[in-house]
Amino acid sequence: MSSTPIQLSRCGKTFADGTRALAPLDLEIAAGETVVLLGPSGCGKTTLLRLIAGLESPDPGGTVRFDGEDVTALPIERRAVGMVFQSYALFPNMSVRDNVAYGLKVRRLPKGEIAARTEEMLEMMAIAPLAGRRVHQLSGGQRQRVALARAIAVRPRVLLLDEPLAALDAVLRDRLRVEIDALLRRLAITAVYVTHDQAEAMMLGDRIVVMSGGRIEQAGTAREIYRAPATPFVAGFVGTVSRVADLAGGEALLRPEDIEICAVAEGRIAATVETAHFLGGRCQVTLSGPDGGRLIAEAPPDAAPPVGARVGLRWRDAAVIRIPLMEAAQ
Amino acid sequence: MSNRDLPRLVLLAVPAGAFALAFFLVPLARLAAAAAGGPKGLAAYASVVTEPRHFESMMATLALAVGVTAATLVLATVAGLFLSRHAFPGRGALVAVLTLPLAFPGVVVGFLVIMLGGRQGVIGGLTEALGAGRLVFAYSLAGLFVGYLYFSIPRVILTVMASAEKLDPALEEAARSLGASRARVLKDVVLPGLAPGLTAAGAICFATAMGAFGTAFALAANIEVLPMTIYTEFTLNANIAAAGALSLVLGAVTWAALYAARSLAGPPVAAAA
Repeated sequence: MSSTPIQLSRCGKTFADGTRALAPLDLEIAAGETVVLLGPSGCGKTTLLRLIAGLESPDPGGTVRFDGEDVTALPIERRAVGMVFQSYALFPNMSVRDNVAYGLKVRRLPKGEIAARTEEMLEMMAIAPLAGRRVHQLSGGQRQRVALARAIAVRPRVLLLDEPLAALDAVLRDRLRVEIDALLRRLAITAVYVTHDQAEAMMLGDRIVVMSGGRIEQAGTAREIYRAPATPFVAGFVGTVSRVADLAGGEALLRPEDIEICAVAEGRIAATVETAHFLGGRCQVTLSGPDGGRLIAEAPPDAAPPVGARVGLRWRDAAVIRIPLMEAAQ
Repeated sequence: MSNRDLPRLVLLAVPAGAFALAFFLVPLARLAAAAAGGPKGLAAYASVVTEPRHFESMMATLALAVGVTAATLVLATVAGLFLSRHAFPGRGALVAVLTLPLAFPGVVVGFLVIMLGGRQGVIGGLTEALGAGRLVFAYSLAGLFVGYLYFSIPRVILTVMASAEKLDPALEEAARSLGASRARVLKDVVLPGLAPGLTAAGAICFATAMGAFGTAFALAANIEVLPMTIYTEFTLNANIAAAGALSLVLGAVTWAALYAARSLAGPPVAAAA
């Protein structure tokens, strides 16, 4: 499968009722790259995906390019994209096999080729034994596999996934996430994946685009976004942060794993333990700091301090996340 | 259900059972007996085939009902889909006006058809003014067709709108993402999604057109649909046996159509109907 880079330029979206879903933004997605659009509901991530898909058109002035070709005016049916929906959107009046074959039939490929490619997809997604079943006879995980098979059977230029795992339970979600990751690497297809789940984003994305209020807050690798968040929003949305006083001005933030609980005398600041939750491999401890602010730290699973205890907190200077004042003011 | 519950359940079924017996089964049995008790005996039931006048009436009624159902489904599907897909000022008022025919009895619908296509009708005046002679269609099957269409369309539009709103919009988007044109999406996704609702609505439409009397009575003149034939046999000819036999045949045909629609579309129809 050849890979297609995507270039979005000045893409904004204002709906007919005047709601501005997206502020004009630029985004380049490299060929074969998996980009995850991450953000809370209403942040514009789905609208951005639909602009790329051709289900929405950008406000005048915005352009969408696939491999340099301007596709802004093309509707979705002529963009050669594969799309996977949260609701699966499988055709209930067709069997699993007919669902997977649908795009190939629409393209009027020779019968033999349709059959061969459909079987290949069924095998690849491990749903061959279900080929004759109706959609309503499948479990949620099986449905999502069929939806993926149907989307990639047509060998799309880009694969677009709109919260594909949101409707599944936690165990199944973890398993399918691993499968989707392996699939995307294997196909080396350009993929855009929308989610509000940061764990999903960090695992799947070559790059994560964090969005809020219709704009891009930060785009970068999982490590960059976690270690060097550009805005307080990103710091708070991806992982947990605690705010500590910073003499240099601006925000000084700490990840829970970087805050060490120690004796009051050894700590940089003193705090009172409010709650301690055993989470298996570690304990999450909530504390109230000197100025009354809430701090979240981690403790070894069997060594959490008792609730109400006065403890000291210390951290390495290198662990402090500093967000420049100008960015923080936004 | 355990055996202990049985007496209680029987008791609960008594009121409905008594009603069905007194007002449905007993008169029906009397009707069946009366139909078979005429001079021709059981052969009265065959009159719909053997008697040319009855046969023609049956065929005309069937043709009318099928035609009205087909035309209604096409027109109402287009209108219903449009109304459910587009928001525009006055949409609510338009839907309310479209359902207005449901408020009129068949006789009034007959009057309306006469106003439109009768001897003094609007259309006749129009065609005369255009020099094409007076077009009068109210007193024929065409008039009945227009009248039935008028009161069938609202029911089906409401069904289509309800079904269309239940369709997952992602289904259409998925089909389009796979390259399907608008026409293809309609054929592969929208119509199959509407099918259970359309089958149910179509069956009701057919049954109504088979048995409607008021409109036919108001238009009278040259129309011999089965309910009119039954009325004529019963009141004018005092041929109770023929009237009874035709009534039962009409009921059987209509019931068979409803039953077929229900089994064709499977369980969802029963729920939707």
